[in-house]
Amino acid sequence: MIRSEILREIAPILRDQLVVCNIGIPSQELHAIDDQPTNFYMLGTMGLASSIGLGLALAQPKPVIVIDGDGSILTNMGTLPTIANNVANNYILMIIDNGSYGSTGDQPTYTGKKTSLAKVAEACGCERVIECQDVDTGRVLQEALDSGEMTIMVVKCDSGNAKNPVITMDPVVIRDRFMKAIEA
Amino acid sequence: MSISSKIVDDVVAAGIEFVTTVPCKQLAGVIDEVENRPEIYHIPSNKEDEGMGLCAGAFMGGKKPMIIMQNTAIGVTINTLATLTQYYRMPLPMLISYRGELREPVACQVEMAVHTKALLNQMLIPTYHFHKESDAEELPEILKYTFMCNKPVAILTDASFWGGYGDQ
Repeated sequence: MIRSEILREIAPILRDQLVVCNIGIPSQELHAIDDQPTNFYMLGTMGLASSIGLGLALAQPKPVIVIDGDGSILTNMGTLPTIANNVANNYILMIIDNGSYGSTGDQPTYTGKKTSLAKVAEACGCERVIECQDVDTGRVLQEALDSGEMTIMVVKCDSGNAKNPVITMDPVVIRDRFMKAIEA
Repeated sequence: MSISSKIVDDVVAAGIEFVTTVPCKQLAGVIDEVENRPEIYHIPSNKEDEGMGLCAGAFMGGKKPMIIMQNTAIGVTINTLATLTQYYRMPLPMLISYRGELREPVACQVEMAVHTKALLNQMLIPTYHFHKESDAEELPEILKYTFMCNKPVAILTDASFWGGYGDQ
């Protein structure tokens, strides 16, 4: 499965949750599949989805799901020790690991070679780290929500992108409706 | 009362509850104060752009955030300031140690000091410079202003403000 197929499959689970979605094609895909005010789309700033989501999870009690990528985590690898040492049990970091920089032309990342993000996360001190295959994403995500424990998911899947338009919504509108959804 | 403790009193009084820090020797006293205040959730960052991401999330979750960092961080956060903090119109007070000014013993620090105000100016970031201890009297108003206008705001604090830097 490619990322967009996974997102389509888990859309019913994501729909009722606060979601922080990674820059570029992942946000475009989620926006096209099921745009919700509970989705925060990153329009720029490579690497910070996991940090934005952690700040949000620490600041309020609702569950937060971050849809991140292997390339983005590699860009901001310092995020994993911060996550491990600031436990928020309403935080789920779902790393869609397709071994490539999807938004820039599917150049390979090191996670498709020797590097294991699950092992890195464990070495950083993250306690509930689950690596799974694309077909199991929905089940593992639901279990993570039900567990009430901070969870790092590394979802191994195929490289590839769906074709969707760029998001033209104003960033302040995205942020404003997201904040209203958080308060609701 | 020490200047560090006065500054953190003002931070708490402004309703700031989420503070991320990347250390600098000049900021050690302030960071200790932040760590010891029960009103503040202190989350050290490994890099300043990571810290700005944390602050963006905390703000959307209803907490007033702040970042404490060195001026060298301006060099690594321009993209984050432009495409996250400013683009989504989020407030972010940045308490910044202004290394490379008078009384600086490390020559390399001057190399970023000469770019600091120019970069902040280019980014249209409101910038305040604390040189004497009495300059900090404006801090409560600066914090209020930051959350009024939803912008990143820089507070540069140089070695003279902190009473010098080590042995010299």
